[in-house]
Amino acid sequence: MNIALFLEMAAQAAPERTALVCDGARFTYAELFAAAQGAASTIRQSGADYVALLDESSEAAVLALFGAALAGVPYVPLNYRLADPDLAALLTRITPCLLVGDAARAGMLCEDPANTLLERADFVTRARAAPRLEEADPGLGVAVQLFTSGTTGAPKAAILRHTNLSSYVIGTVEFGSAEEDMARLVTVPPYHIAGIAALLTSIYAQCRIVLLPAFTPEGWLDLVAKEKVTHAFVVPTMLARVVEAIRAGTPADVSSLRALSYGGGKMPRELIEDALDLFPETAFTNAYGLTETSSTIALLGPEDHRAAKASQDPKVRARLASVGRPLPTIELEIRDEDGTVLGPNQAGEIFVRGEQVSGEYKERSALTADGWFPTRDAGYLDEEGYLFLSGRADDVIVRGGENISPGEIEDVLLTHPAIADACATGVPSLEWGEAVGIAIVTAPDCDCPPHDELCQLVRARLRSSRVPERTLVVDTLPYNEMGKLLRREVKGWFGA
Amino acid sequence: MKPGTRLKSATCDTEVMVIRAGQGTIECGGAPMAEDKQSAGEPAADHAQGTLIGKRYVDAEATFELLCVKPGKGSLAVDGTPLVTKDAKPLPASD
Repeated sequence: MNIALFLEMAAQAAPERTALVCDGARFTYAELFAAAQGAASTIRQSGADYVALLDESSEAAVLALFGAALAGVPYVPLNYRLADPDLAALLTRITPCLLVGDAARAGMLCEDPANTLLERADFVTRARAAPRLEEADPGLGVAVQLFTSGTTGAPKAAILRHTNLSSYVIGTVEFGSAEEDMARLVTVPPYHIAGIAALLTSIYAQCRIVLLPAFTPEGWLDLVAKEKVTHAFVVPTMLARVVEAIRAGTPADVSSLRALSYGGGKMPRELIEDALDLFPETAFTNAYGLTETSSTIALLGPEDHRAAKASQDPKVRARLASVGRPLPTIELEIRDEDGTVLGPNQAGEIFVRGEQVSGEYKERSALTADGWFPTRDAGYLDEEGYLFLSGRADDVIVRGGENISPGEIEDVLLTHPAIADACATGVPSLEWGEAVGIAIVTAPDCDCPPHDELCQLVRARLRSSRVPERTLVVDTLPYNEMGKLLRREVKGWFGA
Repeated sequence: MKPGTRLKSATCDTEVMVIRAGQGTIECGGAPMAEDKQSAGEPAADHAQGTLIGKRYVDAEATFELLCVKPGKGSLAVDGTPLVTKDAKPLPASD
């Protein structure tokens, strides 16, 4: 079904409830739906084939998402942090568009006269003033088009249909299930799938959405206290900065925070243990998902967190580093390179299938003939079905025919007190085809431990094939703005 | 009946989205539902339990699944057999 129907239903069932709070602006569900209908007629009038957003999160992003859905055109939130040439290349792929946000920059980068460029406030004013779109069914085409972050090559245009997103929402959330006081703080950028999924699931549950346009730990803590936020989603980098800020004495009242979910990157074990101590009353959920799967496909719930933290059994304890179990609404398998389905504790590529899984790009579908999506993520399931990730399938180091996951080496290196950050990658080797290279960031006021010492550390904890052949000491490792380590860049430093 | 089709009751205000469907006639208040608004009077007495917005309705075999998007006085059935609400175990919020 069309995702705009979620907002229509919420407006029908709870018209007076607060739907959205952002920088002082407040919308009830009835007001938000009316403005989305106005946005739809503004979009239709412009003749645009796409609705683009070049802006931080605000009410304009929400109106663009639902306005586009009601008008039957794809919503394309763009990464405003991209460099000019990269952004210009994306803009040429989505004309004619109605673009909301940084109109001046967009106009400079793409001079196509068919585009309509509107500043945020201008778009919101028009949406609130325009009459509703009196028209038939907007259909079930593409709801959202997201350019993937391109950590592995040129950006691909991932496509999420109304059917994919609505299956995810209906399958994971009960309509109107939010308690009266439930408030969700959304702080991931609008071009991230978690941000879009958060809007959809929040509206279907009818909770109050609190938007934080640009993340700072102080701003986040301030909003949690002021708006009595009950639920929030963070990427690990955000959580690290919040924990740091609290430790440094930033005033914090997180007593209203009942649930904190996290995802979007690897959560360091130490950080989650710290957070569990700092937020003893908060229920933690770890979510794993991809753009191409309409967000979450596996999750580690609050009970799993507590059981793992309290357990003496190393197997159960280890689950704190897992992404939990697959959603009941999808199928998940681990397969080897030949496509054979693997058993427990055998690492391979993660495949998923289900109605929420799109696996589709503008150019082609990545689904197999029978509907499975190869995620390119590597991982394994334990005996109880908990999923452990071990990096991108493309990042696996193949040394003399043996598959090595960089994560296991990094985890060992990070136990050394002199090492603040580490990245393992495949480096060319005459003998093995590929061998292990490591890039190290030393802790403040520490010298890098001698190469031999690091080799011994790895050998003692893992197999000898994991021992690094080359070590590089660097000032910092490259991350994208979501905190994802850009391994390809590190690989390049070794001349690979 | 195609998934994604929006059906209206002929006996009350109920509207549903078809999530999945098999062979058979989807009814509300004892009368067939249709994409266009029809009028067949009040819901039949034995098909007047009412519908709730946001509830999913399924048959015993789970061949049919309907999402109520607008509530009404009639109750849902397929070929005369009443549908029941689907209660899924809620998942923790994850995004």
